[in-house]
Amino acid sequence: MTRLLDINDLHVTFPTEDGDVKAVDGISLTLDAGETVAIVGESGSGKTVTSLSVLGLHNRKRTRLNGEILVHTEAGAVDVVSCSDEELRKLRGSAVAMIFQDPMSSLHPYYSIGNQLAEAYRVVSKASKKDALKRCVEMLDLVGIPEPQKRVKEYPHQFSGGMRQRVMIAMALINNPRILIADEPTTALDVTVQAQILTLLKELQREFNMGILLITHDLGVVAEVADRVNVMYAGKVVERGSVDDIYYRPLAPYTMGLLSSIPSVYGKGTGRLSAIPGQPPSLISLPEGCSFASRCSFASQVVGASCATDAPHLIEDEPGHFARCHLALADRRTAGAKFAAKGGNA
Amino acid sequence: MTPIVKVENLTKHFPIKKNALARRAAGNVKAVDGISFEIAPGETLGMVGESGCGKTTAGRTIIKLYEPTGGKIFFEGEDITKVSPAAMRSYRSKMQIIFQDPFSSLNPRHTIGRIIAAPFEIQNITPEGGVKRAVQTLMERVGLNPEHYNRFPHEFSGGQRQRIGIARSIALKPKFIVADEPVSALDVSIQAQIINLLDDLQTEFGMSFLFIAHDLSVVQHISDRVAVMYLGKIMEIAPTTDLYAAPHHPYTKALLSAVPVPDPNTERTRERILLHGDLPSPMNPPSGCVFNTRCWKAQDRCRIDEPELLQIGASSVACHFPE
Amino acid sequence: MISYIARRLMYAAVILLLVSIAVYAIFQFLPFDPAALTCGKNCRPNLIAANRVRLGFDKPVWEQYWLFLTGIFVGRDYGVGSAAFTCPAPSLGYSFRQNACVTDLIKQALPVTLSLAIGALILWLIVGIGLGILAARFKDSPIDTGSTVFVLIGTSLPTFVTGLLLLIYLTLKNNIIPLNFDGYISIFDNPAKFFIYFLLPWITLAFSFSAIYTRYTRSAVIETSGEDYIRTAWAKGLKSKVVLRKHTLRAALAPLTTMAGLDFAGLLGGAILTETIFDLPGLGRMSLKAVNDFDLPVVLATTLLAAAIVVIMNLVVDLLYAVLDPRVRVG
Ligand SMILES: Nc1ncnc2c1ncn2[C@@H]1O[C@H](COP(=O)(O)OP(=O)(O)OP(=O)(O)O)[C@@H](O)[C@H]1O
Ligand SMILES: Nc1ncnc2c1ncn2[C@@H]1O[C@H](COP(=O)(O)OP(=O)(O)OP(=O)(O)O)[C@@H](O)[C@H]1O
Ligand code: SF4
Ligand code: SF4
Ligand SMILES: [Mg+2]
Ligand SMILES: [Mg+2]
Repeated sequence: MTRLLDINDLHVTFPTEDGDVKAVDGISLTLDAGETVAIVGESGSGKTVTSLSVLGLHNRKRTRLNGEILVHTEAGAVDVVSCSDEELRKLRGSAVAMIFQDPMSSLHPYYSIGNQLAEAYRVVSKASKKDALKRCVEMLDLVGIPEPQKRVKEYPHQFSGGMRQRVMIAMALINNPRILIADEPTTALDVTVQAQILTLLKELQREFNMGILLITHDLGVVAEVADRVNVMYAGKVVERGSVDDIYYRPLAPYTMGLLSSIPSVYGKGTGRLSAIPGQPPSLISLPEGCSFASRCSFASQVVGASCATDAPHLIEDEPGHFARCHLALADRRTAGAKFAAKGGNA
Repeated sequence: MTPIVKVENLTKHFPIKKNALARRAAGNVKAVDGISFEIAPGETLGMVGESGCGKTTAGRTIIKLYEPTGGKIFFEGEDITKVSPAAMRSYRSKMQIIFQDPFSSLNPRHTIGRIIAAPFEIQNITPEGGVKRAVQTLMERVGLNPEHYNRFPHEFSGGQRQRIGIARSIALKPKFIVADEPVSALDVSIQAQIINLLDDLQTEFGMSFLFIAHDLSVVQHISDRVAVMYLGKIMEIAPTTDLYAAPHHPYTKALLSAVPVPDPNTERTRERILLHGDLPSPMNPPSGCVFNTRCWKAQDRCRIDEPELLQIGASSVACHFPE
Repeated sequence: MISYIARRLMYAAVILLLVSIAVYAIFQFLPFDPAALTCGKNCRPNLIAANRVRLGFDKPVWEQYWLFLTGIFVGRDYGVGSAAFTCPAPSLGYSFRQNACVTDLIKQALPVTLSLAIGALILWLIVGIGLGILAARFKDSPIDTGSTVFVLIGTSLPTFVTGLLLLIYLTLKNNIIPLNFDGYISIFDNPAKFFIYFLLPWITLAFSFSAIYTRYTRSAVIETSGEDYIRTAWAKGLKSKVVLRKHTLRAALAPLTTMAGLDFAGLLGGAILTETIFDLPGLGRMSLKAVNDFDLPVVLATTLLAAAIVVIMNLVVDLLYAVLDPRVRVG
């Protein structure tokens, strides 16, 4: 396995008038070639902030970054947090590329598709205009856009949402990056188009052996494409493991709550979904103890620690399977079995 | 039993102008193009389909927020198609709508007490015990703290705002509610809270729902029957269990197979039907069966004859070659 | 595209026709006898009567209007016999106050106003856009604060105050820019004198516009910088100057063409205050004087001209915008 990315204890804080927003609060994760690592969690849990950090896309003046983001390139590792602007710029597009949630607004409305694709290609490869155009057509063809010769001259508003997301993928992959970050790549699309795009991404990954960091809130999408999963809550990873670990042997109460909130597959028959009560805490004044304490139904069963005052650590409960919770492992295993996805044989 | 709502061949077309100066319409967006169904008292009809297929338009036309272009609408057996907007007011207490976006559907300058009380004000009704009492009872019922009566919408989270919208829509105990994607903007954990609330309210008041969503699993959970729309038309309408267990229409089948299931083993083994291309423009839909440009079973006949909704078991299916 | 332009031109013609009818109608309701205004204090009835015939005021209104309208295309003859004279096409009437064809008067005044407006436009675009971009790029820095102060002063100080202050401090007290007593000089005759002559008027006129454009540019650039497609541009690994020039500015400044075009059109109708302060013989002063003197043909002509400029500029601006933004290109 070739290691592509190491994030070590990353903290991202935005100073605002109301106080410091601790959007990401000590995240560590790794990504290897050919695998898909997912980050899931609800809105505001810090998924996008994490992914933007890898490309150094936060405004450095208005953001406090601590920790380490090591991007491994052929020429050695670069730490995105501490490298120079110029080093960072060279990573973008060539080593790490990104596709965003909203394909409608992610392309420049004034330039043709060809112009935007060629720009991405030429900034890295220094190819001639003619070669760049050839490459653009090739890429559009690769991502399944019909008549690429003709469409390369068209403008974004002439493309549908699914087509634009294909264009974004073509743009991201035009320089053969080793890491692809996909932030909710299909959230804005219809399910039938989502299925097309996810299939395309899987095929391209197999072909180019990319590492994909997939950000999503959709547990269905994660089950479909991810190899390993990080579950985030209020800026922290609360559980990490293989997809099977997360869906069939969840160990963090938040993950269990998330799984049981999804309709149909789990709620069927009972008539009621087991919703998680309450809402996530404010990132400006995070609770002292476990961030999930105010919504957690297991907090009262914890012995030897107080969920309200002691913050739990991310602990490797099983090989490769981490969770952040004070509750005794045996109790969590029992509880997890109740909420686990039914398709598992564990 | 008379259905609460019945629509026959309902159409709603929006004229499209090429530019602001043109006087003549350059064409029509056939947002809803001849749909028929009934909703029984206490029943929930789910409505699914891809973005732009006409779900919102259908929901709004049925309660006459839009004037229908053609067809008929019956409410409790009465034909309300031609009822004037002024005369519609008396029906408004019996039919309500919950909007998709909990952020823009509440007036930011009104207290939530005032927002929830609006239906009383519009209908000129003074509930027993006064408006404030009634509003606070409603707030409690939907899981809001009644002491927050004087707060403004921006002080609430998305899920709470959707509760405010729900409290407003049930204030007059309507018999029929159009819920237009009431949970689409919410996180799963909050979504579940709202779905449970709607479930409970239905048990308590026995109202009927037209529940619009693009999330098939949400619709499956909450609906008794489900209508699948495509380009302004109903492709299939069937009891929920039948539709999900044995879809008859190729589009329904593709739609169901495209939904990712939160279960890795299922995902590893399942076969997926991949549709090609995108939704055609509702301005000039394909001739014959509107799905023929993306259907893998399409034959020449599909491009000429428009299939009618025909009964297959408990389902109605618009396809020449149903599964 | 061509049919679109043709249609727009047709609409423009209709609008101008309506404007001319409206202005003509208003004159008919004014409680003046236009013929009585043709001579000074000691007008005798027979002179008034003669002038009435000579200038066509004896004819019915619709006929007068028709003569005016056709005059634009074929020129117009006044009087009979030895007193007869002609205002050649395009004739916009005859000013009995100044005893001259209105078209000739406009031909004298237009270059002054044109020079004033074009110079000021260039100045305020450079200052406004430049300062706006700097303020946006160095947001919250001293440059930004400085620009905010400038915007505040520029938008709150009335033009005549700016003009007078400049006149007093730069010319009268310190003589940095010498006063020019020679009157209007064309740029083709003496560029140096032309620049000195117009420098203060340009600054005066451009001052408040610069402030408005600075404010607009700053907020447009800041807003555009937050767009998703700008994030995409950064993610490609482009240099920051490419992101700014090619991506941010293109999108941020495109709407400025509309704004600048319409502001410019407004000025071509005459910058009355500036022209008055600096005693420039432009269209603004000409129409002001015409209104004071009840010089109706001149008022009519300048109103129509101003309307024509606005209508045509609107078309130009729309076409320009379509070139800039592919989304509004019409089939
Ligand atoms: N530039 C910023 N300044 C201040 N706060 C910010 C900034 N960017 C993000 N945040 C805050 O950081 C938190 C995490 O945001 P983030 O966008 O990472 O969430 P997310 O997990 O991607 O959610 P979603 O599913 O809604 O996209 C949010 O509370 C957000 O309001
Ligand atoms: N007021 C309107 N004027 C013109 N066209 C409209 C109007 N409202 C909707 N449409 C068009 O009618 C079609 C159906 O729209 P509608 O909003 O009903 O779809 P929907 O199924 O609710 O989609 P979504 O899932 O995106 O909410 C679309 O093509 C839309 O562009
Ligand atoms: S630490 Fe306590 S509050 Fe947090 S998840 Fe575990 S049991 Fe719940
Ligand atoms: S009628 Fe033909 S095109 Fe339409 S769904 Fe059936 S098989 Fe497909
Ligand atoms: Mg996000
Ligand atoms: Mg809708």
